[in-house]
Amino acid sequence: MSGVQRDRSEAGTTDAPEAPDAAAPVLLDVGCLKVHLRLGHAVIRAVDGVDFQVRQGECVGIVGESGSGKSTLARGITRLMPNVKIAELSGNLRFEGRDILNMGDRELRTLRRGRGFSMIFQDPLGYLNPTQRVGRQIGEALSQDATTGSYESRVWALLDEVGLPDPKNIARRYPHELSGGMRQRVMIAIALASDPKLLFADEPTTALDATVQLQVLQTLHRLHRERNMAMAIITHDLGVVAELCDRVYVMHTGKVVESATTVELFENPQHPYSARLIDLSTRRISQEHRS
Amino acid sequence: MLRFVGRRALYAVPLILVVIILMFSMLHLIPGDPVQALVGDYPVPPAYRQAIEEKYRLNDPFLVQVSNYLINVAKGDFGFSYQNQRAVLDLILERAPRTILLASVSFALAIPLGMAIGVAAGTTRSAGTDKFWTTTTLIVYAVPTFWLGQLLVMFFALHLGWLPTQGIGPMVSRAQGFAWLLEKLRYLALPVLAFGIHEGMRVARIMRASVIDTISQGYIITARAKGLTRGQIIRRHVLRNSSLPLVTIAGYAFGSALGGAVFLETVFTWPGLGLLLVDSIRLRDNMMVIGVVIFSALAVVAMNLIVDLLYAALDPRIRTVR
Repeated sequence: MSGVQRDRSEAGTTDAPEAPDAAAPVLLDVGCLKVHLRLGHAVIRAVDGVDFQVRQGECVGIVGESGSGKSTLARGITRLMPNVKIAELSGNLRFEGRDILNMGDRELRTLRRGRGFSMIFQDPLGYLNPTQRVGRQIGEALSQDATTGSYESRVWALLDEVGLPDPKNIARRYPHELSGGMRQRVMIAIALASDPKLLFADEPTTALDATVQLQVLQTLHRLHRERNMAMAIITHDLGVVAELCDRVYVMHTGKVVESATTVELFENPQHPYSARLIDLSTRRISQEHRS
Repeated sequence: MLRFVGRRALYAVPLILVVIILMFSMLHLIPGDPVQALVGDYPVPPAYRQAIEEKYRLNDPFLVQVSNYLINVAKGDFGFSYQNQRAVLDLILERAPRTILLASVSFALAIPLGMAIGVAAGTTRSAGTDKFWTTTTLIVYAVPTFWLGQLLVMFFALHLGWLPTQGIGPMVSRAQGFAWLLEKLRYLALPVLAFGIHEGMRVARIMRASVIDTISQGYIITARAKGLTRGQIIRRHVLRNSSLPLVTIAGYAFGSALGGAVFLETVFTWPGLGLLLVDSIRLRDNMMVIGVVIFSALAVVAMNLIVDLLYAALDPRIRTVR
């Protein structure tokens, strides 16, 4: 898929991010979150006392290298922790003031079904059901309370909103019939279907081609603005952070080592680890330019 | 689609050729005298022996016999069963529906039973429940069908007296309509139970492994992130995807069952192809043996074709490749 020609203009997204609105109410409040995983006899402190906040309508980045605990943090916060044995899960985890760490399954499902939080993942092929048409997969995530429009028209509207051409046709496709970028857009449509206030994006562009990466990021940025939806982007790519985020948390070995606005971080990194990350990524960029 | 079916049907031709030649050679090599078996425990008069040997051309060279047989098969003539004094094809056509009935009803029991157990064991969050089902299915699966059949007969037929011990129906029956169906079902119940439970355990074990594999996939996490309930996730995302390996293995098992469940039909004196095969081998009725084996091979080939079509229906990825 080229995806270059799209009727929806995404210009202007490369501007420097606006200053975060410090007065906006806190949407997600994480205090001293610990997610310790059990692996055989060992205990891995994947997330070890993290403080983390997202305000309404804000875009926050979580950066760190592989194994720094950033994905586990997102999984812990969204309570999507399958196939792992949890040794300890503690701390303060509040979404709009409601305790989600000790929330029952039913309440949690309601929160995921509408006006809560949702998540997109790194590998859109593995995270879409291969035997179901994408339209159906989006449809089953639609929030229940909204009453505008029929089921199909809402699915088509979502596909259009994430920048996919010919939504009626795409809705009938199976995931393997789409390109990587289109699949990630379908993933985003699924996440948007519940009309979330907060969207977690776990390495949303890592599995994509370089040219498609930028387009998907621009789409995410546009959605963030148009919907006034808060976002938390987990990435190891500081370029993504510079592009989208108002504030950044730098994670290292399960702890947040630095938290700053994006501008502050790039101009004056406080922690040596952050400085090294920035140094490495700028060096990589200059190498790419040379080649 | 039609081309695919046609191509697969063509593949069956060399297979059947090999089956026929192999069967011919093996039956030729094993000791035993068809004429003696025909007569029974009496000395065979030389004149009679000569007459029989000439009539069925038993003394022709091996290659002549094989090629004659192949030519006849191509014409649709599968030979003559001298034990039953009937055409082989006639007898197969008479027996096959009974075997197909037994196999179909048994699998109609085995598949839902096995899937239910497999899903229960695969999706449970309690290690105890999983262990219970894994152990139970293994133990029951290890019980041979003929012994399981005998246990069922001892309990339900001999001890309780609810069901007949063997056969396909009473010698004389005046039952009609619904009563006739009920009567048939009474005879069908025990062999189906034995066969269905055995195959159901196999299905359960495959299904459990497959379900465990499926629920570790990313799209199950997506489904959870959508806020679907456990039941919705199992129905919409687990069942279909984890049925794929099941289709292959159950389809193959069903194909072999169509060739006759030999032990089971023997235990229950169920006059299907399995029993026919055993009797024919014992009585050196070589034409009959070859005929039944050809039918079994065809059944397996046909089932494999159906499995492939089913697979494509269940998994859109395969449809595109084709």
